[in-house]
Amino acid sequence: MTNIPVRFTVNGRGAEASVEPRTSLADCLRRELKLTGTHLGCEHGVCGACTVVVDGAAVRACLMLAAQADGSDIITVEGLSNGDELSPLQASFRKHHALQCGFCTPGILTTAHALLTEEPDADADRIRDVLSGNICRCTGYIPIIEAVLDARAAYGYVTGEP
Amino acid sequence: MKPPRFDYARPDSLAGAIALLAAHNGDAKVIAGGQSLMPMLNFRLTSPRLLVDIARIADLNHISAGADGVRLGALVRWRDIERHPTLAKLHPLLVEATSHVAHYQIRNRGTVGGSLAHADPAAEMPGIAIACDAQIIVVGRAGQRTIPAADFFVGALMTALEPDEVIVEVRLPPWPGERHFAFEEFSRRKGDFALAGVAVFYDLDGQGRVIDPHIGAIGVTSRPVRLNAAEAALAGRAVDEAAILAVAALADDGLDVAEDIHAPADYRRALLQVLLERALRRAARLPDAEQTQ
Repeated sequence: MTNIPVRFTVNGRGAEASVEPRTSLADCLRRELKLTGTHLGCEHGVCGACTVVVDGAAVRACLMLAAQADGSDIITVEGLSNGDELSPLQASFRKHHALQCGFCTPGILTTAHALLTEEPDADADRIRDVLSGNICRCTGYIPIIEAVLDARAAYGYVTGEP
Repeated sequence: MKPPRFDYARPDSLAGAIALLAAHNGDAKVIAGGQSLMPMLNFRLTSPRLLVDIARIADLNHISAGADGVRLGALVRWRDIERHPTLAKLHPLLVEATSHVAHYQIRNRGTVGGSLAHADPAAEMPGIAIACDAQIIVVGRAGQRTIPAADFFVGALMTALEPDEVIVEVRLPPWPGERHFAFEEFSRRKGDFALAGVAVFYDLDGQGRVIDPHIGAIGVTSRPVRLNAAEAALAGRAVDEAAILAVAALADDGLDVAEDIHAPADYRRALLQVLLERALRRAARLPDAEQTQ
């Protein structure tokens, strides 16, 4: 069970680590790269807190080995903001009170970021369907849906005026 | 919730993967998307010495359609099916059923081959394979073989795969454009595992009578099954409300229905009947009784 080297691009920067083969991408990000914004809730793919974006697709970082992500381009919640300046999506969450305790928020932000990057015209039903994979026990989801809808313009969505 | 220790290999050819599997003689597991295997590992329900990652082997992620039906490579992901430009026309039952598979993030990683190999009794893809008489193409040391879906699923999480074999493709027979079909499942939340699910399809003769009905079910027994009694009752009939009720009453006939913490067996039997009624109504393009009352 010798360690294996992995290299990724994380939030636009090259990163490398030497990990046990069994190390999940989530544990690699948190422990090796000290990116603790990625939260671990259930560790079996149910809660969505650990969601990160790998090569453009939102994935559960607890269900992916670091070794499987070798060579990938990864975005974590730390990659959304510009330093202390919130991204439009994050600012929208603040505006709409779309978080309370905040534990699930990194996974919801990365999921919504991946969704709106691919589908800036996602409607409330689509957003609700996608976020059904992220468990939040505080907010009741309504402000989250409103925040994501409101952030669409920043991803290129043009509101439906003729 | 951390997996046990294992080694990891990422061969770039099928031959390389098979050689590694053969050398470990049952003590190695294939990983592709990992969306079923990783939870199993994290729960320590399995502890292989080696994971063989097939995700970067070329030519296993094709979707093709021709006179012999639809072929899906083992590495096709649910999102690939969802986003395919013509698959909804070529095999609408497949597309409808896979719309129920898990949640967004898992659909971005989970694969057709992985679902078949994992053989969860409640999973949609094995149910579609059974309902459609799919053929599962596997390759091992002894070469390639074709396993009919009916022989592939042996029990809960158990298949006819040999330890050195890898699924490379699943083939679904041709789908006529006029075919009647529906897929219905019930889960406590959309994307969760089905407590029960039903796939129905049939063609009609010139008099509007059912030809060659196929009815498959998931989540009710230890493996996906065909509902033989219901199929026999449906064959040759015109599909009206009386026929639907008569056929659905036979849904659980002869089945050894499973009971677990999620639902008692009686509940699953009742659910199966209701889902079959709904599926038959939708396949026949009749209004849903619960909505018209």
